[in-house]
Amino acid sequence: MADSLVPVLEAQEKMDTDKMWVIWGPQHPFSHGLWTLKLKIDGEFCVDADPIVGYLHRGWEKETENRDYARIIPMTDRLCYCASMTYSHLYCMTVEKALGIDIPEKAKYIRIVADEVCRIQSHLMWLAAVGTDMGNLTVFLWAMREREYFLDLNVKLCGARMTTNYPRIGGVRNDTTPLFDRDILRTVDRFEKAMWDIIYLIDDSSVFVSRMRKISYLTREQCANMGLTGPAMRGCGVDFDIRRDDPYDNYDKVDFEVPVLNKDTKVGDTYDRYMIRIEEMFQSCDIIRQAVKKIEAIGKNAPYRIKTPTKVPAGTTFGRLEDPRGESIMYLASDGTDKPYRLKVRSPIFTNVSCSKVMCEGVRIADVPAVLAQIDMCLGETDR
Amino acid sequence: MAEYTSILDWINFGDPYENPFTPFLSDNLPYDICYGLWEIIGGTIAWLINLLFPGNPVSEWLVCDQVLVVFALVLFMLVIFIVAFVVVLLNLWMERKVLGRLMDRRGTMIGMKGFLQCVADGLKTFMKENTIPAKVDKMTYIWCVSLIVGLSCFVACMVPLSDRWYVVNYDTGLLIIMAFYALAPFFILVSGWAQNNKYSLIGGIRAAELMISYEVPMLIIIATISLLAGSFNINDIVAMQDTIWNVIPMALGFIVFFFCAIAECERPPFDIAEAETELVEGWQTEYAGMKWGLIMLGDYLRGSVSCGMVAIMFLGGWTIPVFGGTGLPEIVFLIKAWFVFFLMILVRGAIARVRPDQILNLGWKVFMPLAVFNLAIAVFLKVGGFY
Repeated sequence: MADSLVPVLEAQEKMDTDKMWVIWGPQHPFSHGLWTLKLKIDGEFCVDADPIVGYLHRGWEKETENRDYARIIPMTDRLCYCASMTYSHLYCMTVEKALGIDIPEKAKYIRIVADEVCRIQSHLMWLAAVGTDMGNLTVFLWAMREREYFLDLNVKLCGARMTTNYPRIGGVRNDTTPLFDRDILRTVDRFEKAMWDIIYLIDDSSVFVSRMRKISYLTREQCANMGLTGPAMRGCGVDFDIRRDDPYDNYDKVDFEVPVLNKDTKVGDTYDRYMIRIEEMFQSCDIIRQAVKKIEAIGKNAPYRIKTPTKVPAGTTFGRLEDPRGESIMYLASDGTDKPYRLKVRSPIFTNVSCSKVMCEGVRIADVPAVLAQIDMCLGETDR
Repeated sequence: MAEYTSILDWINFGDPYENPFTPFLSDNLPYDICYGLWEIIGGTIAWLINLLFPGNPVSEWLVCDQVLVVFALVLFMLVIFIVAFVVVLLNLWMERKVLGRLMDRRGTMIGMKGFLQCVADGLKTFMKENTIPAKVDKMTYIWCVSLIVGLSCFVACMVPLSDRWYVVNYDTGLLIIMAFYALAPFFILVSGWAQNNKYSLIGGIRAAELMISYEVPMLIIIATISLLAGSFNINDIVAMQDTIWNVIPMALGFIVFFFCAIAECERPPFDIAEAETELVEGWQTEYAGMKWGLIMLGDYLRGSVSCGMVAIMFLGGWTIPVFGGTGLPEIVFLIKAWFVFFLMILVRGAIARVRPDQILNLGWKVFMPLAVFNLAIAVFLKVGGFY
């Protein structure tokens, strides 16, 4: 009997029937946006993954070549609706660098405040997505509720909730509105208390932690080789933050500590990549407090914007900034006219999502949403 | 048969209360109501027909004992279904409202504190186009819905609302509920296979593995309770809790059974079979419109049955220890079942979805030993003479 089974078992080993490709997307509840994840699964385990992006390609970079510099700013808001402020900031910063001008101190601090508000609301959007991905809708709605207060701050500052159109080449569009500093301090205080509710709900829940722990380890070397940036990288022990290591716009005059996990072991799992964003939100609150104090010290009638020439001298400029999702880069090639010759955007997610093959290998199907939620997917900037 | 008047005389129903083929005895309230109702309605119709065509056999046929039983049974089914349907809708409404409050929002708001939203959603599923994908195994695909939903209805029929409001009163009541529960995974697995969809296949396998693993501790707890009560009959189990609810000596069993019940009706956090971020809708992916609505109805029926079982086995069913019997035992029972459902909603709102391997570990390595330990406690209590 046993002998007769041997050829059957051998044939079973040769057959490749037990692995199959499952295609998640482009319209799948897990993909927050239009993208596809092809997963090769062996039972409950993933053996291979292949992300496919590009469904949302709008020709953004080409479109900028037909506009003058000032009119590209509203377009930068549309790169990512969660990080509109940082992308406008990055663009204005790059053009200022090309022009070789220095903007007023007040504008720099206002930009810091706006950036950190943007970072917190972007991270809250991510937290909401983690909630739905993990099957806990309460987290989703609580995080969205907290996010509303920061969107209200955006309204208070510039009149728009998400596509803000606030930074300008040479400063910011308008001064802080009356009582803005009072409102922002109240919001930040309130947020720090409310955040503990969410932390009690999920971080103290052993189910949630056991879903996140011990899956999808990434080493520091892997992060470097794959070009992973942002909070995901800092969770894996890489101590690098552009705000501190290549400071722009007075970030060097603000005292803050970059949260980094696993500095010693240099290996991080999904929970570390999750935790780093939570810590970053608290850190952003500190930065906001300091920057608001600096704005108050500068005084009310200080300039917040300077006039700039419309034409940018020929040459290439490289600007980079710490986006909520990673390292955003804009590379500007100007030819002396009032329109850019070429504007290249380096999206952090485009690089981060290419790591999904490494991140998904060996995890279970049920872990994939938890693992890929840490990329914080946003398709607008990925596909451009 | 002395006088042959109609063909129905060949079928001798006799007195419904002494008929061995009718399981309904006189203490069954809904049947009594339906019997009386048809006496009035049928009598009126017969009287009207007799007014128009005096002396015809139809009117006499309508008021004879045998037809009375048949129509009373039809009305009885209708009443039972309506009550079950309303209970399910109330469960759905409660879930939406309580979950809404947990999440700092209002829940549904359309009509009667949002209750009409459930009705509207139910109607919507029936209005939708009844699409069947091209490459499914049509026979299996359609029949599996009927079988799964039918099994859920069967299970729902097995739970009495009180000692006077029931469909059947078997001596093996709890075992029959579990038997119908245990049949569902096979059909879910088959329907997952029949849909020719990878999500459905994975979902079907997950649902089957989940249900099969959680039925084992559930059965052990049922054995524990029936060991204490000395019977599988639901009435006996409720009657034995007239001094103290089982939840106090059997607290461990209550917790285990509660979580097993959540897993058994595939509710979050144990909804791995239809984990929407992974498998879209799991084994229900290819079912659209009315079929999906029926499956949802079946799911909620199973949910309310699980709550009813917890209420019967641990919370004293329709009795209250201090006050004894109440005037409206059905309402007491439903309030207890809804309280259990409320706990299920709290669990759903607070906990993230558990991974399949963690669920199986929990079922086999935690709940199973706890259930056996609980059985040991029950044996100790029984031998010690406390029961």
